[in-house]
Amino acid sequence: MARMIAARLLDAVPTVLLVLTLVFVALRLLPGDPALVVLGEYATQEQLDLFRREMGLDQPLLWQWFAFVRDMLTLDFGVSMITREPVVQLIGQNLPYTIELTLVATGMGLLFGVPMGVLAAVHRNRAPDSGVRAFSLIGYAIPDFYLGALLLIVFALNLGWFPINGGGEGFWDRMYHVFLPALTLAFVKTAFLGRLTRTALLETLGKDYVRTARAKGARENRVVYRHALRNALLPVTTGLGLSLLATLSGSVAIELIFNRPGIGELLISAIAKRDYPVIQGGVVVFAFFVVTVNLLVDLAYIVIDPRIRAQA
Amino acid sequence: MMPEPLLAVRDLVVDFGKPGAPLRAVDGVGFEVEAGGAVGLVGESGSGKSVTALSILRLIGAPGRIAGGEIRLQGEDLLALPAAQMPEIRGRDIAMIFQEPMSSLNPLMTIGDQVGEALLLHQDLDRAARRARVVELLGLVGIPDPASRLGAYPHQFSGGMRQRVMIAMALACHPKLLIADEPTTALDVTIQAQVLELMKRIRDTTGAAILLISHDLGVIAEMCERVVVLYAGRVVEDGEVRAIFHRAAHPYTRGLLQSIPRLDDDRHRLSQIPGSVPLPGRVKAGCPFLGRCGLRIARCAEQMPPLVEIADRHRAACWVTAGARG
Amino acid sequence: MSSALEPAQDLAPEEPRFAALRRLFSRERPATLVASAVVLVFVVVALAAPWLAPHDPLAQSYLRINTYPSAEHWLGTDQFGRDVFSRLLYGARNSLIFGLVSPAIAAVVGTTLGVAAGYFGGVIDRTVSRLIDTLLAFPELLLAIMVSAVLGGGFWNVVMVIAVAFVPGFARVARSATLAVKQEPYIEAAVAVGLGTMKTIWRHVLPNISAPVVVLATLWVASAIRLEASLSFLGLGTQPPNPSWGNIIRDGLGNIFGSPWPIIGAGFAITVVVLAFNILGDAMRDLLDPEIQ
Repeated sequence: MARMIAARLLDAVPTVLLVLTLVFVALRLLPGDPALVVLGEYATQEQLDLFRREMGLDQPLLWQWFAFVRDMLTLDFGVSMITREPVVQLIGQNLPYTIELTLVATGMGLLFGVPMGVLAAVHRNRAPDSGVRAFSLIGYAIPDFYLGALLLIVFALNLGWFPINGGGEGFWDRMYHVFLPALTLAFVKTAFLGRLTRTALLETLGKDYVRTARAKGARENRVVYRHALRNALLPVTTGLGLSLLATLSGSVAIELIFNRPGIGELLISAIAKRDYPVIQGGVVVFAFFVVTVNLLVDLAYIVIDPRIRAQA
Repeated sequence: MMPEPLLAVRDLVVDFGKPGAPLRAVDGVGFEVEAGGAVGLVGESGSGKSVTALSILRLIGAPGRIAGGEIRLQGEDLLALPAAQMPEIRGRDIAMIFQEPMSSLNPLMTIGDQVGEALLLHQDLDRAARRARVVELLGLVGIPDPASRLGAYPHQFSGGMRQRVMIAMALACHPKLLIADEPTTALDVTIQAQVLELMKRIRDTTGAAILLISHDLGVIAEMCERVVVLYAGRVVEDGEVRAIFHRAAHPYTRGLLQSIPRLDDDRHRLSQIPGSVPLPGRVKAGCPFLGRCGLRIARCAEQMPPLVEIADRHRAACWVTAGARG
Repeated sequence: MSSALEPAQDLAPEEPRFAALRRLFSRERPATLVASAVVLVFVVVALAAPWLAPHDPLAQSYLRINTYPSAEHWLGTDQFGRDVFSRLLYGARNSLIFGLVSPAIAAVVGTTLGVAAGYFGGVIDRTVSRLIDTLLAFPELLLAIMVSAVLGGGFWNVVMVIAVAFVPGFARVARSATLAVKQEPYIEAAVAVGLGTMKTIWRHVLPNISAPVVVLATLWVASAIRLEASLSFLGLGTQPPNPSWGNIIRDGLGNIFGSPWPIIGAGFAITVVVLAFNILGDAMRDLLDPEIQ
């Protein structure tokens, strides 16, 4: 198993390089001259030169690429053009809030979504199934930023039950601050995970080994939870990775709505201020996040499924 | 009066499809299995033999449902029991072995846990006793060094070994009846012979009755005393194995016999019965074998021939060969 | 198996023409009917917004700021005194354009990539496949945010951003469809008679992979509408003062103590339209592939 994990970790290296190259291409080549884009048409030649020197834009492209990859991998994102703070420090301050939001939302989504999917699959084509189906249709359609805005208006502004901004200090205060934003993201997630669990469970419930379990004399609860659900959780694990990343993308808007600190909030305000090094840092952090989550999903597979473990 | 049979299936009817337009997969099937006896259920795919087997354990899943008949285990009608009582009977009184050893074991559970689960469900044993019994069972079915294989997963076993595990699991609680649904079909020929050998030994040593389901009359002849031939959800012939082999009455049974490969006679080409079993719901009045039968007469298209006794404990349903009188 | 002796009644009745369409709108699926009606209304509103809108969506009036719904202003006015209902109608137009144009562009680019990879194989396939796999790991919204962080807002940039987010999906579908088609004897025949590569692809490959690509494009209309709204909400999409359902909510949030109606109205519009497209998409997929439940 250790060898398999090592192999998978090694396989992530070219992916990281490819992702960084894509980011590099996007940042340096697509928008034309970054110096002009950032400083605007009315910048003086001295300003442009200074910026180019600072960002290394006066170097050959290949060297720029190498320097970029080296800097990103060593988390050297430069300093903010506005506040002159190191970008890595800004990210360090904001990242915990984003991770906290994503994880709490994912936890809530699992907590509601998996039991909902089980309920729907066990009562296939009956009332609970229709209910879950209706819920997931709405969950897929309603934009998270709309739901977040509604929750903010009702529960924070009108009823005053929850704070309207900030991330909180200390564990309980932070949980109090993260609750409403996480609930917003969990809504969509619950719909997704519920439907995924339903589909996966229905498939495993039709498998031969489930029939074997019944023929052995296992009662329905045991059949569902011991035999079918464990096997159904394999596809759910992949879905969980996808959904974690979807939540991360959703967190950008949610941080804006609830005035929470976070990478999304950092990135969006940097875009508004054209703070190029911060934009670059934020984009790269998102990219790292995606690569890491995909890696974790694959590693989870190795741990859960003895068949994959055996291929080593 | 004859002693009560271990299992008596009477007039079993199983429908698939919507209630308004049922598709009849099993239509009035009846047979008996004596305690310690061995009965074979033979027919092509679509003949209703697997559905019949699953019905005995009441494991027919939606959209199928048992629409009529009786299934008596030692006199008690299983179809009249509340559904919640069936798990007590499954695995304890009646155990089942399935066709696909590759997919019939849970891929995420160890062999030891899967065999042990049958014990856990029906017997009050502590962990150590259960473990000991699992080792004993795995040894019984011929798995080498069973104690070291308890923690192995199904994918680490070959098809034949998995089928042995299935058999061990079925034997765990000393069932009175063992239903084996095509237990060797998915295996290589040499492995088939080994597994059949194992099943014969089990029949002789455990005293469990066996209901063997197969499309292969040759396999059934090796194991069973009696044969029930199913066609399109109906019993078309039944009798002792010897009687069926020597004096098969139904044209369908004769066709099945001709399709058994014979090692002593390679001059004859294997013959195959032309056509296939009509789909449930497509059978109209008359004999379901009509379209594939070389002996048909006018009456066959009009009326379904009844199952009539043609010799001692030998019945067939054919207007022509069994001289059925309607 | 031979069927010479098969009784005639075994033959399944042939399916009448347009049965598929009729099933799509059968009475058993009232949701599909309602969804189609909603989509129709959406399209009509989008096309006829200038004639339907009671007010100019950009006209500001400081005399009636943040009014609540009335006979004159069905959804009230915003912080600039603009008529929210009219802005919503014009927002539909904005959504429809993005919903149609972005998947179309993505379909063209993605199909080109996928067909090239599937047809030529080798290095091209390995490069494109690796690229697709890497990009597919990114959720569409995240990819869109990352790209628009670099490109900035504006109509064509947003179209491109959404298209880029969808390209990997199209490329994957087109690639696997091409791989399947490539095995067909008519491709071999076309090559054997000396038909050029481009002509072979144009005449024989493309027509045979068009079905899954077109289905995907229709399924993604809803995603594109959502994506544009999300980007506009983040300030990366349609720029004010042009109305988009996303930036109406953004403006509404900045004016949250003024009137909640812009948020409620625009959010409701997105939800209903996306829901309708999703229901229609599900029904279509069920129809084309009854195996999937």
